Amino acid sequence: MNTVQAGLLTAVTFGLLSALAALLVARPARSAVVGMGIAVCGAGAVVAGVAAMTGQVASFAAPDLLPLSGVVFAIDPLGGAFLAVTGGVAVVTGIYGIGYCRGGLDGRLVQCMLPLFVLAMMLVPAAAGVGTFLLCWELMALTSLLLVLAEHRRRPEVASAGRWYAVMTHLGLVAILIGLLVFAANATDATFAALRLAGQHLSPGLAALIFLVTLIGFASKAGIVPLHAWLPRAHPEAPSNVSALMSAAMVNLGVYGIVRVGFDLLGGGAAWWWLLVLALGALSAVYGILQAAIGTDLKRLLGHSTTENMGIVLVGVGAAGLFTASGDLTLAGLAMAAALLHIVNHAAFKTLLFQSAGSVVHATGRRDLDSLGGLRDGMPRTTAAFGIGALSASALPPGAAFVSEWLLLQALIHGLPAGVSATIVMPLAVAAVALTAGLAVATFVKAFGVGFLARPRSREAESAHESPPSMLAGMGLAAAACIGLALLPTLVLPTIGAVAGGVVGSGDPVTVTATTIALTDFAGSLSPLLLTVALVIGLVATLAAARALATRRAAREARLWDCGAGPLSARMEYTATSFAEPLQRVFDDVVQAEQDVDVTHHRESAYLVEAIEYHRRVPDRIERRLYEPVLAVMAVWGRVGRRLAPGSVHRYLGYGFYSLCALLILLVVTR
Amino acid sequence: MLSLWRKIRAVGRVAEPAPPAPIDPSSQPALHTTEVIQELHGSVQIRHVDAGSCNGCEVEIASAFGPVYDAERYGARLVASPRHADALLVTGAVTLNMAEPLRRTYQAVPGPKLVVAVGDCARNCGVFRNAYGVAGAVGDIVPVDLEISGCPPRPDAIVEALRRLTGR
Amino acid sequence: MNAPSVYGTVGVILQLLIVIGLSPLLIGLMRQIRARLEGRAGPGIGQPWRDLRKLMRKQRTSPRGTSEVFRVAPLLLVATCLVVAAVAPFVTTASALDPVADLFAVVALLTLGTVALALAGLDTGTAFGGMGASRETTIIALVEPTMLVAIFALSVPVGSTNLAAIVTSGLDDPAQVFSPVSLLAAVALIVVIIAETGRLPVDNPSTHLELTMVHEAMVLEYSGPDLAMVELASAMRLTVFLGLLANLFVPWGIATSGSVPVIAMGVLAFVVKVAVLGTALAVGEVFLAKLRLFRVPELLAGSFVLGLLAVAASFFLA
Repeated sequence: MNTVQAGLLTAVTFGLLSALAALLVARPARSAVVGMGIAVCGAGAVVAGVAAMTGQVASFAAPDLLPLSGVVFAIDPLGGAFLAVTGGVAVVTGIYGIGYCRGGLDGRLVQCMLPLFVLAMMLVPAAAGVGTFLLCWELMALTSLLLVLAEHRRRPEVASAGRWYAVMTHLGLVAILIGLLVFAANATDATFAALRLAGQHLSPGLAALIFLVTLIGFASKAGIVPLHAWLPRAHPEAPSNVSALMSAAMVNLGVYGIVRVGFDLLGGGAAWWWLLVLALGALSAVYGILQAAIGTDLKRLLGHSTTENMGIVLVGVGAAGLFTASGDLTLAGLAMAAALLHIVNHAAFKTLLFQSAGSVVHATGRRDLDSLGGLRDGMPRTTAAFGIGALSASALPPGAAFVSEWLLLQALIHGLPAGVSATIVMPLAVAAVALTAGLAVATFVKAFGVGFLARPRSREAESAHESPPSMLAGMGLAAAACIGLALLPTLVLPTIGAVAGGVVGSGDPVTVTATTIALTDFAGSLSPLLLTVALVIGLVATLAAARALATRRAAREARLWDCGAGPLSARMEYTATSFAEPLQRVFDDVVQAEQDVDVTHHRESAYLVEAIEYHRRVPDRIERRLYEPVLAVMAVWGRVGRRLAPGSVHRYLGYGFYSLCALLILLVVTR
Repeated sequence: MLSLWRKIRAVGRVAEPAPPAPIDPSSQPALHTTEVIQELHGSVQIRHVDAGSCNGCEVEIASAFGPVYDAERYGARLVASPRHADALLVTGAVTLNMAEPLRRTYQAVPGPKLVVAVGDCARNCGVFRNAYGVAGAVGDIVPVDLEISGCPPRPDAIVEALRRLTGR
Repeated sequence: MNAPSVYGTVGVILQLLIVIGLSPLLIGLMRQIRARLEGRAGPGIGQPWRDLRKLMRKQRTSPRGTSEVFRVAPLLLVATCLVVAAVAPFVTTASALDPVADLFAVVALLTLGTVALALAGLDTGTAFGGMGASRETTIIALVEPTMLVAIFALSVPVGSTNLAAIVTSGLDDPAQVFSPVSLLAAVALIVVIIAETGRLPVDNPSTHLELTMVHEAMVLEYSGPDLAMVELASAMRLTVFLGLLANLFVPWGIATSGSVPVIAMGVLAFVVKVAVLGTALAVGEVFLAKLRLFRVPELLAGSFVLGLLAVAASFFLA
């Protein structure tokens, strides 16, 4: 038994045992037991995944386990990468969940679904047959749906979010199902190995059809515009450890599907496919971060940020596909490595951010940034954790995402000679990535500055207290991962580079020394560790110089400069809405916020105002333009359909008779 | 743009030559003030506070910092925040509403600091003495280091006082 | 990574000394030129150094309700400027820290400094601080695309975003300076620099009206040595940006070997180029009024189009 098999066996065993324990263990110990179980399960998955990335393979086939298709699993380096990421997120959220789920979320159903969700996410990258894949995919969808609905008794919005999520994930499943079944119909059987062989002989039209249909399903799961509407609804309403699992582990599987079907099973494909992927990625990135920059709900903001990061990943994947189609394999490997590294970085910082947000919600019960603030006094460790996550998310050095965006930009920049379409596409892609980087900076300065700094804007924020130790431990682990990825990406890059090279068929796209990342075949190098060390030395030197040169040591405590007028109340601080207002104005054509101003006049005079109420909503414009017509058509269809069921038994019997007749006629005619 | 350039060329230097440095022995400032001036050593950032003036002194201060008198050449500069300032230039008799803000502005200035009372209203309420809205002269609210008399004081008097502060 | 050579280390030390020592003089020079053009006498080039010396002797105030973010922000701002000054090719092309001398990394470091200041502005909890932070981050967000596309245009002929490589390629091919790519990218970068350093017409550094402030509004609470660090950092940022503009497009005079006269030439060339650019900026500011905040995106969009044209030119005319 090799490491991969051992790791997977541990993972599956502990996952199933935790699910069982959730049903049997009494409430006081339930969340602790399940949490530890998920952590061990995740650790097994990490071990298996890392071993798979370095080249060990494992497979498992049980043709009789499922009717019609059987069950077949096989782990290759690509699957191993996603398995490792899922496992890492599971470890951290498992530990976090011990404290978070206590009191309210430790019902039997929720605690049972958590390990099953993690297991399903682990088995999707391991699936090596259409039936197995779809089974694990649907299991993942069902368990996550039940988890999203965990708090439906407490808040009515949860039910609506669950409905959106259920419908969209199942529509995605149908799309993937159709695509993979059409594929399997043109192959000898439904295993991925057979599909791979058949993919080399498919007609371009059929291959394009399969790719597009599966792209719809996978892009929806990854939260790509225009099929993203479930993400900003489901992520805020789910419990925070579930949001972390979904955002940091589940959406990656959409990208996994696109890479698996596009690169592996269909063997690369035409350039226009990847141009489409790149365009969708760039559009999602800009749209997602724009919605995040303007939003004020902390968890919704993080959900939109997930759309943005998955968009950036798809820009990398699309660029890799474009370069493969034009023959530039080293560049393709570089772009794919950037995409994979960004998935890893995103998993680390998104987990950390959602956990801190969960910590805030746990302590204050509020998600709205406009009523938070001043949390650094009551929750210093959570503030530090969110700060580290925000630095990583905003793609600034010394954050984690800076390295992956640097790699992506290097890939895009060196890709200019790859054809005329590249000349137009690459600068626009660079501009899109740059705009998202700038807007991400604005978003996370807003989220961190308004939410955690300054003074509290509500009573709940004033009385915030720090989280229990298990939640802090989970956040600490995620923060350590973020810092490690930021300073020492050279530890993970060789492996990720090898996986990326394997996917596109090139050699290692990056060479690393202990501290520096260098591009193979191109001039360019970066050392995040050196940069951070230089920055720290600069900080210390400046501090020493300031201390030495300043003649008055003691800092006098003073009141804030408020123009001498009166005490500054918390209402006078800048809120998230006001912080984002210039951006909202600049992007008004896209955002089109709706405003309502309600003025109540004094009874005596219509010229005196007693109260003014101001409401501002930022609707999702894509939803409004795209979904509402579709929903309207569905509603019309539903009304038409109602006429088919008037309640008359005679009519229903008639339907049966007529359809039987039609079927017999059809059989006669087609004989 | 070209017309502006031609105007710049045509007008040339507007600032009048600097008068001799002020060393009037009869109005030596207090010891504390002299120490502060020596510490500041030629760079004085000034925050102007209107404590209730008729704006006559403001016009003269604007003139003093304008091109003709150019108080900036002696190292004085107007700033927006009292935290950035070394000296407060207070005009007007202090009204009831401005007494507390003036105190808070003074407290907001980091040490070492100076206060200059500009104009007769700031020195002794001028024509508004015993008016119903007046809390007192500037010296009643915050300690004053230097006074500039006049209603309103001429810009060269203001410049001379600023030169005492900067020592240039 | 090779061990830093003596020549590289000497270059780093010289660059740090020049940027720290001469950046307040650059601000003084710009103020003096503006004063003379406006018909005034001006306080002299050395006034900013007098201001800094006085500020170091002032008391530091710690406003009630602020935290470590407020206290650390000026240090971080100065530290990012120091790292960039040490790493970028101003006096010599050999950098002691070559893996950090990447154009993306340098630009991102400078943005990190601004972000620290914006967080400090939010930390005060005053409306001015929040307003300054909000406006500054909006401008950063809109300037990023132009900056990165201009870097793209610069890196295409060279094949790398390494600063030393771009400067060396400019030295090897002097005609590159007058190519459409360079000119378009230079104009785009000039607008970027004006936006990032907060000069007219994007922001007025000497305004007293809080509602027109962008950068100043974030630092209204700082006093004493903290204010000195913020002022010095702002001067160093301007020097660093102008130095990058000068050496990326007009690199002649920069030292490429380790002999003393060559390095002295490099120092002289750097000082002269930055002084000339500063003078041009100061003269330009006399003729410009500050743009309304909501007109600034139009200016930045225009510079973005120029950057895109530069990239297209670099491919089609390469």
